[in-house]
Amino acid sequence: MTPTSTTGTSAAGTSAADTAASAAANLPMTKALNAGLRQAMLNDPKVILMGEDIGPLGGVFRVTEGLIKEFGDKRVLDTPLAESGIIGTAIGLAMRGFRPVCEIQFDGFVFPGFDQITSQLARMRNRHEGGLIMPVVIRIPYGGHIGSIEHHQESPEAYFAHTPGLRVVSPSNPHDAYWMMQQAIASNDPVIFFEPKSRYWPKGEVVYAESGIDLHASRVVRVGSDVTVVGHGAMVSVLLQAAEIAATEGISLEVIDLRSISPIDFGPILASVEKTGRLVVAQEAAGFVSVGSEIAATVAERAYYSLEAPVLRVSGFDTPFPPAAVETHFLPSPDRVLEAVDRVLAY
Amino acid sequence: MPATRNEAIVPEVAPPSPSVTATRTSVAPSADGPTVRLLSPSGAFAPSAAAEEYLPYLDRLTEADHRRFYRDMVVVRTFDIEAANLQRQGQLALWVPSHGQEAAQVGSAYATRPQDHVFPSYREHVVGMIRGLDVVDILRMLRGVTLGGWKPEEHGNFHLYTLVLAAQTLHSTGYAMGMTLDGSTGTGNPETDQAVIVYYGDGASSQGDANEALVFASSYQTPQVFFMQNNHWAISVPVSRQSRSPLYLRASGFGMPGVQVDGNDVLASFAVTAKAMDDARAGHGPSLIEALTYRVGAHTTADDPTKYRDPAELAYWVARDPIERFRAYLKGRGVEQEFLDSVDEEAKDFASDTRRRALEIVGPDTSVIFDNVYAEPHPLVAEQKAWLGRYEASFEGGQK
Repeated sequence: MTPTSTTGTSAAGTSAADTAASAAANLPMTKALNAGLRQAMLNDPKVILMGEDIGPLGGVFRVTEGLIKEFGDKRVLDTPLAESGIIGTAIGLAMRGFRPVCEIQFDGFVFPGFDQITSQLARMRNRHEGGLIMPVVIRIPYGGHIGSIEHHQESPEAYFAHTPGLRVVSPSNPHDAYWMMQQAIASNDPVIFFEPKSRYWPKGEVVYAESGIDLHASRVVRVGSDVTVVGHGAMVSVLLQAAEIAATEGISLEVIDLRSISPIDFGPILASVEKTGRLVVAQEAAGFVSVGSEIAATVAERAYYSLEAPVLRVSGFDTPFPPAAVETHFLPSPDRVLEAVDRVLAY
Repeated sequence: MPATRNEAIVPEVAPPSPSVTATRTSVAPSADGPTVRLLSPSGAFAPSAAAEEYLPYLDRLTEADHRRFYRDMVVVRTFDIEAANLQRQGQLALWVPSHGQEAAQVGSAYATRPQDHVFPSYREHVVGMIRGLDVVDILRMLRGVTLGGWKPEEHGNFHLYTLVLAAQTLHSTGYAMGMTLDGSTGTGNPETDQAVIVYYGDGASSQGDANEALVFASSYQTPQVFFMQNNHWAISVPVSRQSRSPLYLRASGFGMPGVQVDGNDVLASFAVTAKAMDDARAGHGPSLIEALTYRVGAHTTADDPTKYRDPAELAYWVARDPIERFRAYLKGRGVEQEFLDSVDEEAKDFASDTRRRALEIVGPDTSVIFDNVYAEPHPLVAEQKAWLGRYEASFEGGQK
């Protein structure tokens, strides 16, 4: 137990006890993120949190629960309801030497802050000819599968991946969430941190001793030999389910968790495609001009002679995210992934 | 009062319609108007009623300060004209004139202290000069050899120009929040307490960011002055399209003091800003100043104001020129003609020296494309930098 922890009942207190007392814990991603934020705040007094409802409420997803009680309202800032204001003032705070972590309440609410992210935050170091750093993290809960209303289930990661100056990452499990949050906060570049809402609650093991992997590394999470399947965030669990089903049919899928959307670590992807000769990329976002498109293009450029079939994308449709009643028809499912697997195997 | 387009915005100094110009140009500020003014348009010391509480701030100014105010206004105007010439001759991509706004800028800049931070928009050339910036650094940006131009920490904490209107208001508010969080302000020591001044304009006042900055500033009680130069035109759109009520009144809606000052009066501009910055450093929170002035020239060298402005309006404001006004005031104080002449000479020398140095600006090499996009290694950018190097080296002579 650290000296600053006063209670064992809050989420922060529990994770503090876990951090000190055990080498690992079984946590949902929300609590893993909470523990990662808390550890970063303990490590560096310049780390501050900003956002709407992140104080006494702990955020609408409770990711910041208990942190204002432990660190006070000078480190956890409940802000006015204005996304451009949150990000624009975070830029000023970063100029002053702070390391702000901004919470955007839902994916669809980031756009009022889009100009400050793309025209200011992403370019500030470049405009200053290297004279300053912009260590700002913007946390964005994203993606579907939670049955919510409009603007609450979006996957806008491609907008940010398209913007030079930003780094974009998305964890798929609690262990990565805990460590990637700390790594993102420690980065001297701005990081857009996409948190897959539908993976907020399933528990997973968090190993406190070490991350075991770089923030921007992709990772093979299931070894296979017939088809490579790549995804990020919530899609990784869909790919793993598809691989389980495929195995019963005698088809071996190699599953890669992208983890970082910008930059993309192509090494493991290319190595896998050289082995399997077939690639399917899956994402919740619309497929047109998407992260999956970038992977398909790069693999075509760099692994052309290894490919036995065209690279296929399994995506959300090129439509607005639909009413929740039909979201399961919109979102890539294990069956939709397997349909694409069948097609690449038909070549 | 005659019903004119701008009446609601600038009740005391509004340009009248041409038919009433003759009867209005000699009218002194009304005794009970809201505008803080110390000098009449003809340069007489004639404080308005609203100026009463600011009179003590004039005691801070020495004779040398008065001369410095005049010198800086004359020098920047001469430089401004020379820079516009450089643009016309193809030596700058663009020029952004400050002609007519010298008093608002010089007066407010001299109200800052060395420990303060200044966030300009993109027209505050003389503010930069006063904070220690070499104006050639501004020209470097407008000549297209850099996106920035200087290191703020080495030039009086004068931050970079921001070309997306009002974006800098939020940066300045965040910076001021940081001053509060790290305990650098409001301690009661005016020698070390810090504050922020941010410049923006009547056009930018309509931006969401300007309004969000005022909300955040008020919520967190930042040590900050919002210095809005109402120069009456946002390129071709008059201030009446930005606001139906005087802009300084917006401050009360955000819960902070707001004051309207005659921005063509350098002494009044200094006095109101000195009070506002003192209050900010002392921990009394943010405030807003609306400085009434006029963009005598074009918005930029890409603009043609003759297409949308009434010549009578321009004449009205030229008659209230900030430099002429202050020169008349100084003469009334007994400043000798030799000094005024020497300033003109100095300004000419400054402008020609700046021209020579502008033409000597050296462009960057192609590494500027890639360096400093990220602080930490980035494989894609590194790969593309290496590729461009190989590609261009493949041409005869090693350079495309």
